[in-house]
Amino acid sequence: MPQIAQLSATYASQIFWILLVFGFIFFVIGRGMVPKVMATVEARDKQIAQDLAAAETARKAADAEEEAWRKRESANRAESQAIIAKAKVEAAKEAESRLAEVNAGLGARIAEAEARIAASRDSAMGEIEAVAAEAAEQIVSRIAGISVDQASARKAVQAELTGA
Amino acid sequence: MAAEAGKVDPMHQFTIEPMFGTDGWQIGQYNIAFTNSAMWMVIAAFALLIFVAGGLKRELVPGRWQMAVESFTGFIDGLLATNVGPAGRKYIPYMFSLFMFILFANILGMLPLGIIGLHPFTFTSHFSATGVLSVMAFAIVLLVGFAKHKLHFFSLFVPHGTPLVMIPLIFVIELVSFLVRPFSLGLRLFVAMMAGHVLLEVLSGFVINGLNAGIGIGPVVSVLSFILMVAIVALELLVAGIQAYVFALLTSLYLNDAENLH
Repeated sequence: MPQIAQLSATYASQIFWILLVFGFIFFVIGRGMVPKVMATVEARDKQIAQDLAAAETARKAADAEEEAWRKRESANRAESQAIIAKAKVEAAKEAESRLAEVNAGLGARIAEAEARIAASRDSAMGEIEAVAAEAAEQIVSRIAGISVDQASARKAVQAELTGA
Repeated sequence: MAAEAGKVDPMHQFTIEPMFGTDGWQIGQYNIAFTNSAMWMVIAAFALLIFVAGGLKRELVPGRWQMAVESFTGFIDGLLATNVGPAGRKYIPYMFSLFMFILFANILGMLPLGIIGLHPFTFTSHFSATGVLSVMAFAIVLLVGFAKHKLHFFSLFVPHGTPLVMIPLIFVIELVSFLVRPFSLGLRLFVAMMAGHVLLEVLSGFVINGLNAGIGIGPVVSVLSFILMVAIVALELLVAGIQAYVFALLTSLYLNDAENLH
């Protein structure tokens, strides 16, 4: 077994070289490079954690935004409904008042027209009376030879017209 | 590898040979020749350097290579977090170096470089190498334990709720089990790696000798041995990973003792 047979001849060399090489590995690789590798990993983990936190806050903000938007939306909807209802009521009122106004105007014109008709009829009647009275006077004067004054002739015609 | 008379010596692969004529290198009276073992340590270190450097792009969205490196650092981070807790973070560089060094050494030793005439060498199959790593882990446990808990560290050897009369006995048992740790830690890795390599070498000896035996039962043995070898190479790759993991896991458990006592 060379490990034992050569021990006395080689132990110093083995110990020297392994200490040298392991020392190199420890100081150059272990102390020099490994912390940098670990720092990279840590930086990445931190970055990922930060990104996740940022995404989480962004999500929360978006949720809050949506909630606010929803509230605003429903408020707007209610407001517009109220405006529509008010407009409807106003329009109905206006239509009613206009209708009433128009009705009133029509009534007035009908009354006026009726009055005018009555006046025309009265004046027509008056003229008929006058004509009839004149005619009666002349008829009487021609037939009976009596001259009747205008007033009595009119009176008689009037009595005759209203009596008929 | 192949020794005289068609025999394959399964232990030859563990021989340490000075390379590039460096046999004479000395520090004081100690020989520090640059051996094939040392060369494979350096190769493992450079492979690891290239691997980790490739993951050092520091991109926010990692590529495949960076992902691979980060999964290893994350694995060590998780190992220490579960076994030691928050106090374990400061051991990440050490544990990463330890785990990756052993893992790369084990896997590089499994490379089929013999095909192109190179001789892969698994230095983790030498207890003179694994022993250094385990003693280092043990030393860190002692240093941290005594620095952090002063003499309270000895309470590690007396589990909670031990009856008063049992304390001396338990203390001795726990102390022995504590002192055995560096040996068990280093020997486990060494034995596991050596056993696998010996097994592969023995089976490859069967393949060669079976083919040399000519027509008859020999080629049958060769084919069966070869199929078995393929399966065992897969198993050995698993063992390479598992042993590196076990070494790192036990080291982190010992560090937990030092950091948190019980």
